[in-house]
Formats: sequence, C-alpha cells, structure tokens
Amino acid sequence: MAHGTGNPRRTGIAVFVALLLLTAVTVLVSYVDLGLWNVVVALLIASAKASLVALFFMHLKGESRLVWGFALFPIVFLSLILIGTLTDTMLR
Amino acid sequence: MSGHTGEHADPVVAFESAKLGVWTFLATEVLLFGALFTAYTVFRMKYPEMFRVEHAKLDRVLGAVNTVVLITSSLMVVLGLDAIKRGKARLLEAYFGATIFLAAVFLFVKYTEYSAKFHHGLYPRTNIFFSLYFMMTGLHGIHVLLGMGVLSYVILLSRRGRLSASYYTPAEMSGLYWHFVDLVWIYLFPLLYLIG
Repeated sequence: MAHGTGNPRRTGIAVFVALLLLTAVTVLVSYVDLGLWNVVVALLIASAKASLVALFFMHLKGESRLVWGFALFPIVFLSLILIGTLTDTMLR
Repeated sequence: MSGHTGEHADPVVAFESAKLGVWTFLATEVLLFGALFTAYTVFRMKYPEMFRVEHAKLDRVLGAVNTVVLITSSLMVVLGLDAIKRGKARLLEAYFGATIFLAAVFLFVKYTEYSAKFHHGLYPRTNIFFSLYFMMTGLHGIHVLLGMGVLSYVILLSRRGRLSASYYTPAEMSGLYWHFVDLVWIYLFPLLYLIG
C-alpha cells in the first residue's frame, strides 16, 4: 500500500501547477491560427496533461505491470475502434 | 467469490483487488466515452467547415475556467488522500468537501453555459456539432454528479470513523474515479471549445 517516494503533497502541487500552465498554453495557442497544427498542438498538450494525471494523481507511476495492463488495454481497444471506423468512413 | 470466510483475508490483497476492479470499470468508461470521441472524429472529418463555425459559439473562457476548477478539485483529492494516509480523518473530510464544492461550481458554470446556448436557440437537434457537444458534456456532467455522490459517501464513512491510516480503500478508489472524470474533461475541453 505504501507509495513512499518523496513528499506526496509537494509532488501533487507541482503536477497541479504544470497542469495549470499547460491549460494556459493550450488556450493561448487556440487564438493563433496554425491551420491543421492547431489540432496537433491541442491533442499533444491534452495528452501531456492526461499523462500527468494518470502517472501522478492516479499514481500509475509505481504501480505493478498488472495495473499498467489494466490501464492500457482499453486504449488499445479504443485505437482499434477509431482506426476501424475511420478506414470505413473515409474509404467509402 | 473464492470462498473467503467473512472479512478480507489479507488487507494488501483486498486493496490490490479493489484497485484492479476500479481500473476495469474505468476501462469500460474509456470505451463509453471513446465511442463518442469516435463519432466526433468521423463527423469532424466529414463537416470540417461546420465544426469550425459552430465551435466558435462556445465560450472558451468559461471552458477554461471549468478546466481550472476540475484540476483544482483533483488536487484536493490528492491532498485528502495524503491526509488520511497520515491518519487525519478531519482533514480528509475537509479536502473531499472542497472537491464536492468545486464539482458544484463546475456544474453551475455548465448550467449557465447550457442556458446561454438554449437562449440563442442552440439545442442538441440544431446540428451534429451541438448534438455531440450536449451528449459529450452531458454524459460527463452526469459523471461529475455521480462523483459528488461517491465522495459524499466517503466523507460519511470517515465521519463514522471507518477510515484510518491503515484502511483508506474507499477514499483511494473514489479518488481514482474522480481523476478519471478530470481526465475526460482534459480531452473534451480542447476538442469542443478550442479546435472545432
């Protein structure tokens, strides 16, 4: 049960500040017209934020490989759904 | 299931099992929201111009405010869990109470947004963008509401003296769920408000 690495409060606040900064960046970038790159930047920043939440708030960092497996398998399935659906709708 | 006699045989095993149970539930949640994200992607590629015009009708400042509200609520959960791991039940209740308050703020902002949209004649039936907007944020809002209920239950358990530094499983599991609700919004916000 113990997750005894460093001060959890300090880690939590550091992650919180990083999430706020990334939110500010993604909002500011949205006011600049980068064409298709707007989508790429927004999704990259969102994924960086999601990774921070999963790794530190949901403390996947430090979890066993079994928990990692449980966390990652829906993402594999989601990719299959997305790829399958898009190859169908785009090639129709 | 495997015929344990009464209480959990081994607290560590029980804790790990509960964790895997929550992650399994979250897997089904990823696929639930994933189906909607897939629909979003398909229609966005089909009608890029309509998404570009319609998404500008959302208030990205309110969306950003709500993002900050949810991120802060997640930090409160982290601090609450840290408190109970140090045996401070009253502090856990205060932090989880703050999370519930922030969840209410989130839903209030969402309510004002919905009202403004209805006022301007924008309904789920208006077009496919707003169908997706109301469906995705509505489903997420229901999750926020359920989260408020789950966190209230954990506070109740704590007030009854059921949680301690050696047993805090319900707090931990409700926290995992709450962070997931935050995580979904992290994707909803840019996809709907910033890059329609």
